Amino acid sequence: MRRILLSALLVSLLAACASKDVKDEGAPVEDRKPAAVTAPPPPATTTPPQKTTPPVVKQIETRPAVANPLKDPGNILSKRSVFFDFDSTAVKDEFKPVVSAHAKFLTDNRGRRMVIQGNTDERGSREYNLALGQRRADSVKKMMMLLGATDAQIETVSFGEEKPRSAGGDESAWSQNRRADIVYDGE
Amino acid sequence: MISIAFRRSRALRPTCPIASAAAIRAPGRQRFVWTFIVLFAALWLAFASRLGWAALTIEIIGGGERQIPVAIAPLAGEAGLEQRISEIVAADLARSGLFRMIDPGGITPMPVEPGEVRYGDWSARGAEALVIGAVTPAANGRFELRFRLMDVLKQSQLAGFSYSISNAQVRNTAHRIADIIYEKLLGVPGAFATRITYVVKQGTRFELQVADADGHGAQTVVASNEPIISPAWSPEGNRIAYVSFEQRKPIVYVQTLSSGQRRVLANFRGSNSSPAWSPDGRRLAVVLTRDGNSQIYSIDAEGGGISRLSNSASIDTEPNFSPDGQSILFTSDRGGSPQIYRMPASGGAVERLTFDGTYNVSPRYSPDGKSFVYVQRNGGRFSLILQELGTRQVIPLTEGAMDESPSFAPNGRMVMYASIQRGRGILAAVSNDGRIKQRLTVQAGDVREPAWGPMQKGF
Repeated sequence: MRRILLSALLVSLLAACASKDVKDEGAPVEDRKPAAVTAPPPPATTTPPQKTTPPVVKQIETRPAVANPLKDPGNILSKRSVFFDFDSTAVKDEFKPVVSAHAKFLTDNRGRRMVIQGNTDERGSREYNLALGQRRADSVKKMMMLLGATDAQIETVSFGEEKPRSAGGDESAWSQNRRADIVYDGE
Repeated sequence: MISIAFRRSRALRPTCPIASAAAIRAPGRQRFVWTFIVLFAALWLAFASRLGWAALTIEIIGGGERQIPVAIAPLAGEAGLEQRISEIVAADLARSGLFRMIDPGGITPMPVEPGEVRYGDWSARGAEALVIGAVTPAANGRFELRFRLMDVLKQSQLAGFSYSISNAQVRNTAHRIADIIYEKLLGVPGAFATRITYVVKQGTRFELQVADADGHGAQTVVASNEPIISPAWSPEGNRIAYVSFEQRKPIVYVQTLSSGQRRVLANFRGSNSSPAWSPDGRRLAVVLTRDGNSQIYSIDAEGGGISRLSNSASIDTEPNFSPDGQSILFTSDRGGSPQIYRMPASGGAVERLTFDGTYNVSPRYSPDGKSFVYVQRNGGRFSLILQELGTRQVIPLTEGAMDESPSFAPNGRMVMYASIQRGRGILAAVSNDGRIKQRLTVQAGDVREPAWGPMQKGF
């Protein structure tokens, strides 16, 4: 066992040494956007005959289906992100309609709750960024409370720099990552 | 689940001598450009994880201005061990940058007892100190190990110890021997027989790992598909507090290493983060937003007993206890930009400690409490600075672009930190005078958030 491990290690070591000089191609950027463009090809191998699946029982809606305003792409409530300038926690004018719409939704629906998740770009201390992200989330919350939402309806948390939306190391990526996201209960 | 394999150190063979350092002083600045780079590539560790092979490598850049020349004779009978003690000891000492290893090759017979040492052989090679010893098999598969540290110039013994060890204790014993040699020759304890923790990110997977200070024996403490940050060792080194985002918000956990058991330390409304142990291990400072803005609180290590320590309308975060438990350093932007402040450990009057620049964060006390290291942003670059508390004098330690998360070795001589190299997260260490630098990299993935554990007590 030891011998196998040792030789495996030596091989990996040689591989590591050999590849040392060709590592400058840059890290592969994960890009998942095109995934939905092409439908996955049918499986190449035939699947074994399946047993008859039990029927799926669904209750029939008696009321006419109302589109969920929070999910309706045509509704401003489907917009969930507020973006910030560098080193700023101020809600910019262009995002005030979004914040107002959610504040009104909370005012009209006292039973609903949301979490606002603050985020920062990658530069600087992780813990200090966590606090800055918190302040961005709080900034959005404060505006919603001025517009009628209650403290109990909104929890603010921070992801700091830990959950970037864009992985790049330049301003175009950073501007995507300086944001607060709105997530409703049950989502 | 994790298999570990070692490759024996060959770095100290005559084909790869540790060159002596020649420093060039940059005008007007306390920084040094080193004229050589020693690749210290022989310490490899690999473990099979579900994402493939990962290995921690240590590389040394720079060295002390004066390196003590030491010869480590192969110990008689050490070939019977799984690993050679003399090679591990030599690797430790060389890695510190404070010693120059003298090749013992060609001296016959190799001395084992003090009476067998022909001092002229060793002084002719420039050695000032010599390590000799032997390993003999004992009952129950154990070994008896004897070593002596000899002063070549005075022709006398500086230290001598014997140990009864198993094969599993070889590395740790070798690190302890290196610690003794370090202390006898430099007057300060070594920190080779210590452990580090850090976070490895591979793809979307995060693992909090613990390894020996030389990168060997890495083990995963906790793995998650959500980020893990801010690991902090308990003073006894048996528990680690950390922040995990697995519940879609930052929550502070404390995990016992031996059992793997963990519990929630702080999960209040809002964010919970930045755990720091008090030196007696009874409580932790944490940062909570349950009352609004990010503020520092004290919480019992067993949970409960919560009290607020800082009181501002600003961000107060990154608490760090002084070694005597009397004070807490922290980061606050109460003055308009993030700066380092100090307050009594029970809260109260606050004193600002940094004034240079507009971004000074992540303070960490040195183990003697006389200085602290922090991160300064300067023109978009983040680097480490040391401030002497007595004189307020500052010493730049690094000049990296993205250096963060500093953590002192328990002997205060090195500071480990996270950095970026070619777009990847790596760990690095720098001596407390900025002269010696090391890099630790894993073969795959990003490494970040290092924390250097305390001195180990007993076996």
